[in-house]
Amino acid sequence: MSESTQQEAYIRVADVSKSFDDFVALNGIDLVINKGEIFALLGASGCGKSTLLRVLAGFERPSAGDILLEGESILGLPPNERPFNMMFQSYALFPHMTVEQNLAFGLQQEGLPKAQIAERVSEMLERVQMNHLRKRKPHQLSGGQQQRVALARSLVKSPKLLLLDEPMGALDKKLRNRMQLEVANMIESLGVTCVMVTHDQEEAMTMATRIAIMEAGRIMQIGTPDEIYEQPNCRYTAEFIGSVNLFDGVIDQDEPNFVTIACPALTRPIYIGHGITGFEGQKASVAVRPEKICISHERPEQEYNCEPGEIDDIAYLGSHSVYYVKLPSGKSVSVTSMNDERWAGERLTWHDKVWVYWDDNSPVVLTS
Amino acid sequence: MKLSLRGLKRLVPGAHWLVIAPPYLWLLLFFAVPFVIVFKISLADALIAQPPYSPLMDFVNGVLTIRVNFDNYLFLFSDSLYLDAYLSSIKIAAISTLICLLVGYPIAYGIARADGPLQGLLLMLVILPSWTSFLIRIYAWMGLLRNNGIINTALMGMGIVDEPLRLMNTEFAVYIGIVYTYLPFLVLPLYANLVKLDNRLLEAATDLGANAVSRFFRITLPLSKAGVIAGCMLVFIPAVGEFVIPELLGGSEALMIGKVLWGEFFLNRDWPVASAVATLMLLVLLIPITLFHRYQFREMEAKR
Repeated sequence: MSESTQQEAYIRVADVSKSFDDFVALNGIDLVINKGEIFALLGASGCGKSTLLRVLAGFERPSAGDILLEGESILGLPPNERPFNMMFQSYALFPHMTVEQNLAFGLQQEGLPKAQIAERVSEMLERVQMNHLRKRKPHQLSGGQQQRVALARSLVKSPKLLLLDEPMGALDKKLRNRMQLEVANMIESLGVTCVMVTHDQEEAMTMATRIAIMEAGRIMQIGTPDEIYEQPNCRYTAEFIGSVNLFDGVIDQDEPNFVTIACPALTRPIYIGHGITGFEGQKASVAVRPEKICISHERPEQEYNCEPGEIDDIAYLGSHSVYYVKLPSGKSVSVTSMNDERWAGERLTWHDKVWVYWDDNSPVVLTS
Repeated sequence: MKLSLRGLKRLVPGAHWLVIAPPYLWLLLFFAVPFVIVFKISLADALIAQPPYSPLMDFVNGVLTIRVNFDNYLFLFSDSLYLDAYLSSIKIAAISTLICLLVGYPIAYGIARADGPLQGLLLMLVILPSWTSFLIRIYAWMGLLRNNGIINTALMGMGIVDEPLRLMNTEFAVYIGIVYTYLPFLVLPLYANLVKLDNRLLEAATDLGANAVSRFFRITLPLSKAGVIAGCMLVFIPAVGEFVIPELLGGSEALMIGKVLWGEFFLNRDWPVASAVATLMLLVLLIPITLFHRYQFREMEAKR
């Protein structure tokens, strides 16, 4: 919040709420979008992310709160007067118009002279490498080509904010990975500020500068992709992004430079090598990412943060394997191990007695 | 399991003909055969006999005589009545179609945009008048438009006019009758088209800066073209050959080919000339029908 008070935010969503009848879709959303960044709204379906996007576009009026563009409220502007453009999930290309007519449509609404429209359209088609297909109708294009046209159409008016609704939703997986980087690079090279909505965390992490995790109409956490992954601030974020092992327990010792947490599922307390804001006796969850846990047959030389167990299941995924280790308490712990040498996977097999252990600084303590 | 045509073909060889045959049989029995009969009569001489026309072929003493008489067609061009009637029919049908479109488009649009349950009710209201006999409804219009009818009585009662307006037996009455009768035939296909319009396209247009007027003329109207054409055809084609409405509401003022045809057939008892009139009318109508089908075919090709 400090950054926004020092300088005027580019776009500020101030305490925006939206309810449909008695369903609350957005509940006091507060966020700041900086100029030139790609901001992702990430969440499961029904979390309110699409509603927030539609509020930004002007298709929905918030029940409360305000939206400011460079310090001025834009709530009074209808969607056709907002300097924002949206790329729809289904692309919503006009089926009766050619590619170039689709692009020209928005510029014609501004009443620009014909020559200038033609020039801008050509320039944008060149950028998305669709110039050779400019006379085609949308149904004569492949999914990837349609997406480029939709993107070009939403960029051709040089919007102050680009809104992407599930930009890769209609593409197959292979094409999706390629287009994620391509689209992100193009948006960055044009210097356009962008808000995108997605349910795909990989997509959000690949494309976005910052991510907001949404759940039930609220924002759970805002941060860069690595902040969200490595420092989740709540159970929901930790579980939503990637996979995680969660151990519920109670803070046992709370010292300035270390903390121990007693977990009923483990044979010994978890030791964390730094202080936290909490108090002894407070309930807490400890999150440890599977790739930060080691697995071996030998007992490691550390007093804390190691547990005996038995391999219950193995998922061999090529580049890495996931081992599901059953602890004496019955709790299952997932451990990811890189297969960094050929046949590395064969070292460990079903029903092996193993030790799982992790570093003092690997766990994250979640008190909410 | 859905039984596809190909699956059916494999199951019963030749069975696909069973599926395709009924529509062709229908066209053959109820269109091609009657048309050939009418066409045959149009090439005959009128006789005072039973039937009232000469046979096309005669087989006497081993000599086959085929007598083809084009006089009936030449006659149609010699008397300006027929050409005038054709042109007047096309004019009346075209203007009625245009009025139907101007009145029907907002109706269809309104229904397509209405909420679910209201939509059903509004559609019902459009179809409801057809539950009464067409003739009764036309007689009802006579009751409204007569000199001492409801409209004139009301106008005079309110002191707006001193003497009754001549509404009956005018072209105006014919237009009212045709527009009133055929409006549902335009509204229904147009509604079916408009209700499919993807709302996201309108949102996309709004997002790109289009106001309501621009959205209508650049998105809604062009995308509903197929519905407009289908609806107009359904009004124009039967309106050209309309007989009952000009006969009952138009009186002697409304010259339409349907009336001329009826007159030749029942008053003059000249079946060959009546058949020639009918054949030419079909040819006149064939032009818009062909254009429409060509357009439909192109649309279907484009969607594939």
